[in-house]
Amino acid sequence: MTLESSNKIIAAGIKETTEKYGCKKEKLLQILEDLNKEFGYLSEFVLLEVSKNLDMPHSQIYGVASFYSFLNTQPKGKYIVRLCKTISCSLAGKKKIANALENELGIRFGETTPDGKFSLMFTNCIGMCNQGPAMLINDDVYYNLDPEKAVEIIESYE
Amino acid sequence: MAGIKTQILFSSFEPGNALKLAILKTGPEIIEEIKNSKLRGRGGAGFPTGVKWDLVHSAQGDEKYIICNADEGEPGTFKDRILLTDHPKKIFEGMAIAAFAVGAKHAIIYLRAEYRYLVPGLVQAISEMESARLLGNNILGTGFSLSVEIHLGAGAYVCGEETALIESLEGKRGEARNKPPYPTKKGYMDCPSVVNNVETFCYVPYILTNGADWFREYGTLESTGSKLFSISGDVAKPGVYELEMGTTVNQVLKMVGAQNTKAVQVGGASGICVANKDFDKPLAFEALPPGGSIIVFNKSRDMLEVLSNFMEFFVEESCGQCTPCREGTFRLLEGVKLMQEGRCSINYLKTLRELGETMRVACKCGLGQMAPNAFLSIIDNFKGEILARDRVEINGKQTHSI
Repeated sequence: MTLESSNKIIAAGIKETTEKYGCKKEKLLQILEDLNKEFGYLSEFVLLEVSKNLDMPHSQIYGVASFYSFLNTQPKGKYIVRLCKTISCSLAGKKKIANALENELGIRFGETTPDGKFSLMFTNCIGMCNQGPAMLINDDVYYNLDPEKAVEIIESYE
Repeated sequence: MAGIKTQILFSSFEPGNALKLAILKTGPEIIEEIKNSKLRGRGGAGFPTGVKWDLVHSAQGDEKYIICNADEGEPGTFKDRILLTDHPKKIFEGMAIAAFAVGAKHAIIYLRAEYRYLVPGLVQAISEMESARLLGNNILGTGFSLSVEIHLGAGAYVCGEETALIESLEGKRGEARNKPPYPTKKGYMDCPSVVNNVETFCYVPYILTNGADWFREYGTLESTGSKLFSISGDVAKPGVYELEMGTTVNQVLKMVGAQNTKAVQVGGASGICVANKDFDKPLAFEALPPGGSIIVFNKSRDMLEVLSNFMEFFVEESCGQCTPCREGTFRLLEGVKLMQEGRCSINYLKTLRELGETMRVACKCGLGQMAPNAFLSIIDNFKGEILARDRVEINGKQTHSI
């Protein structure tokens, strides 16, 4: 398949998603969330297509995409590990979990594994403060972590 | 003195009972009942709920909206998660009563992205209530209809601020609006909107069933009823507790088994830090405003480390549209780092204090106005500890204070 024709197919998919929301400007966030899920991140190509479909400036759409921490404007791993770094999880020993995750995955926070499987990030309070340390892997939440348990969880995703 | 009376929010609840009572009344009668109960917003700001509803009821608009703020992002807060998980029908019934009272046909629940895993439970609760004719079309055969939509956030603490939340609902960046006009006049899609916290809606069915007088028996004169507290940190029994308004910090510490307590952060990162001398103060809007979060620190904790964690949080979560917040949070964090290195002079500390005071009045929204709270209260309570810090050496060389 040529690049041009594959782009056409992707563009048609994006159009379908925006039409699902009636091409309404106020649905932009949901449209971006859906596309983020579908493609793993919002590339410039995706944002330009959305901008065409909604008849909105590209800059405005990029402004929204880059505002929210759960929307990616850069490629990310298939599984995004978000370790809570806010106060209660910090008191409960977040640092040790962070070390264990870095050692297990062989990457630092903010990086993605070379095979594109895991991205490691910190996040702010995820509301598991009474059962910290806690982390999210995509939409799933894990709590009462210790270094060993954190590593086991990561391995269950492989 | 207020103690720990029988609980309200976790007491028995039959879905639909309160709504059946509500539809026999008029909107203004319901609003009057809520006003009489003196129920105040449980999100932290404590605005009288009845007054808010009244403003929306009397506002002109093609449509009116009921919005439930489930963007619980305040560090140390997880009470709404418990309500969303275990008591969703209380929330939706409260929203339905609010909609009936103000004349709204649409309700939206704005759920933070971090709680996406709660969506199936909420969808199920909505569909069960629709089958029972408590939501949806022609509720209880009265001709009153209410659609409920779940709208997911995408990870932004500032969207807990009501106008930022509305901006986000409209698909924009979550940047707070200028106020006035308030959402009660121009909210979602420029229509009058009620924005209430998850917990606030949950009290509504109980007030309708048991009456405003009963609700006022709990709590203090200014802060009626009870309140959920998310308690974490250095305690033996962390978790969500329902306490009567006016319960003192000491009572809480005893209840959750906190020992050797050095300080208590009331109201999350944007709340204030309370030291030993104030542990007898009551948790109520007129004394220690209860946001919903209590974080306990024992004597082994370094308060500057705690403060630096809070300030990092605000630097990251500041939306950046107004200068006092964007720059202010950054400078305060920088100041905390200097203090950690023992390099903050008393003069510079004064300057930072003034900056904090300025932010309280100059920032555009609640995030920035509350951001210096932890800074100012920790500085005031632990000044000795901060000024007595050893000055660090960098690369073996002496450093100077700033």
